[in-house]
Amino acid sequence: MDLRRRRKFINVFALFMSMLAVSFGLFWLFWILIDVFNLGVGALRLSLFTQMTPPPGSEGGLLNAIVGSLIQVGLATLIGTPFGVLAGVYLAEYGGHTWLGRTTLFINDILLSAPSIVVGLFIYAVYVAQVGHFSALAGVFALSLLVIPVVIRTTENMLVLVPDSLREAVFALGTPKWKVITKVTLRASMAGIVTGILLAVARVSGETAPLLFTALSNQFWTLDLNKPMATLPVTIFKFAMSPFADWQRMAWAGVFLITLGVLGLNILARVLFRQKHKQ
Amino acid sequence: MADNSTKPSSKLGEWVFHNVTRLFALLTLLILVGILVSLVHGAMPSIEKFGLAFLWSSGWNPPMDEFGGLVHIYGTLVTSLIALAIAVPVSFGIALFLTELSPAWLRRPLGVAIELLAGIPSIVYGMWGLLVFAPLFGQYIQPFLGATLGHIPFLGRLFQGAPMGIGLLSAGVILSIMIIPFIASVMRDVFEVTPGILKESAYAVGATTWEVVWNVVLPYTRVGVIGGIMLGLGRALGETMAVTFVIGNSDQLDTSSLYAAGNSIASALANEFTEAVSPIHTAALIELGLILFLITFTVLVFSKLLLMRLAKQQGQRT
Repeated sequence: MDLRRRRKFINVFALFMSMLAVSFGLFWLFWILIDVFNLGVGALRLSLFTQMTPPPGSEGGLLNAIVGSLIQVGLATLIGTPFGVLAGVYLAEYGGHTWLGRTTLFINDILLSAPSIVVGLFIYAVYVAQVGHFSALAGVFALSLLVIPVVIRTTENMLVLVPDSLREAVFALGTPKWKVITKVTLRASMAGIVTGILLAVARVSGETAPLLFTALSNQFWTLDLNKPMATLPVTIFKFAMSPFADWQRMAWAGVFLITLGVLGLNILARVLFRQKHKQ
Repeated sequence: MADNSTKPSSKLGEWVFHNVTRLFALLTLLILVGILVSLVHGAMPSIEKFGLAFLWSSGWNPPMDEFGGLVHIYGTLVTSLIALAIAVPVSFGIALFLTELSPAWLRRPLGVAIELLAGIPSIVYGMWGLLVFAPLFGQYIQPFLGATLGHIPFLGRLFQGAPMGIGLLSAGVILSIMIIPFIASVMRDVFEVTPGILKESAYAVGATTWEVVWNVVLPYTRVGVIGGIMLGLGRALGETMAVTFVIGNSDQLDTSSLYAAGNSIASALANEFTEAVSPIHTAALIELGLILFLITFTVLVFSKLLLMRLAKQQGQRT
């Protein structure tokens, strides 16, 4: 083969492999989503939303798990959001170039990808082991530690994008810096920050590992934050690993609900962000 | 940007706001320190009792209070390496397609699809892996691999044994599906950093698309590509749910076959932690968690430093 033909051949072969790689990636995505959809919709019953998780092998619902997830994810977001926004403000507006700012930014990116099960272990050691029992509150703490890095990252990113001329215009009116930040720069980057919060919620609502030894699980209905509380992911884990067909069916329904919620939040975040940036 | 205000209340407000934000930045750092300190503290009984031998001893026997982490460390590393071996070439292909080949109208939807795949909770991969993938894998793929790759001398040993569907290999495959989106999206972002003028120069002297990618884009972005791979590795090492469902959870490992059931650090924690009765069992599990944290921390720091180097180099050259 002459050089020209060989080069052409290698090129075509490489591009073919590249397309194969894309089909490989999409193949799994569609396979998983179709299975989750089919098996999940097939397992949906009204009773899932009205009844509690059943004892082994019998019929029941997921109501306590769904409510437990909503409570814990909700509270974790309430704790993690102000924490993350304030730290993000410091990194973008005050200390981005100090050693504290640079170290925090670096460490935050590490926390962003740190194993979530280790976060559960941390909360177990500093909270659960100290008070002596598993509780929903411990689950909330663990989840909020996962919300924080995501919110910090997006807040910092979004604030840095605000043009300095905007800040300078407000400074020129004699406004103190903290008012410039709270009334102008934070507002200007609101859409981006809300996007970050939505992505953080999406991330933690599917988290199982950090809840296993913090919130544990609970077969019964409870709203008491000092007691173990069921969540959707932990319940799915328990049910999917069980040998009972009824439980596995409910696990598929649960997985369907979670996937729907998480994908919905992701899409909502994107749409919101794009709309704001078109204006 | 100096504070122009002379009103005392504003001065106070400024001081309070500045320091509150600084406090929260500092707290973020303290989270990391806290994780490290609490894990070391919790693992102390085990560290004192087993010493460094914990790292290479493979006896994991809760009733006898004997613990060694080798099986779990091995399982964690092997599943992550299998995942990388599959995910890296595939992600490279996807990134290549997205940056060089894809028609403009397809680029966005494909990019979004990849990012959505990254957003799917790992428990979905795990459960699907156990209930759908593993049975098919054991019935069709494993016998096939055993009949083909199994005959290669030396390497073949990895693909022998009973095809059970679950095990180290299945866990690696499920992990790879999970980290492909992470690595692919970093690689795509990194490839896009290559200045157009470099690529156009190469095309102008007659290089093919593949030659441009292999000889121009890849050398230019090498640091970032490795950073992206490390990021994927960091995710794979610490992943709990996608692995726990399919790895088989066996604390014994006496074969080199990848078909065998094994255990990873994260899945051992997920399965055993709440059931550990003796304090030394809990401490040994926490020590495993500490080892996992140290490994992922190193990998992630390395990844971040490489990605930062690429960003810096880009800032200097453009």
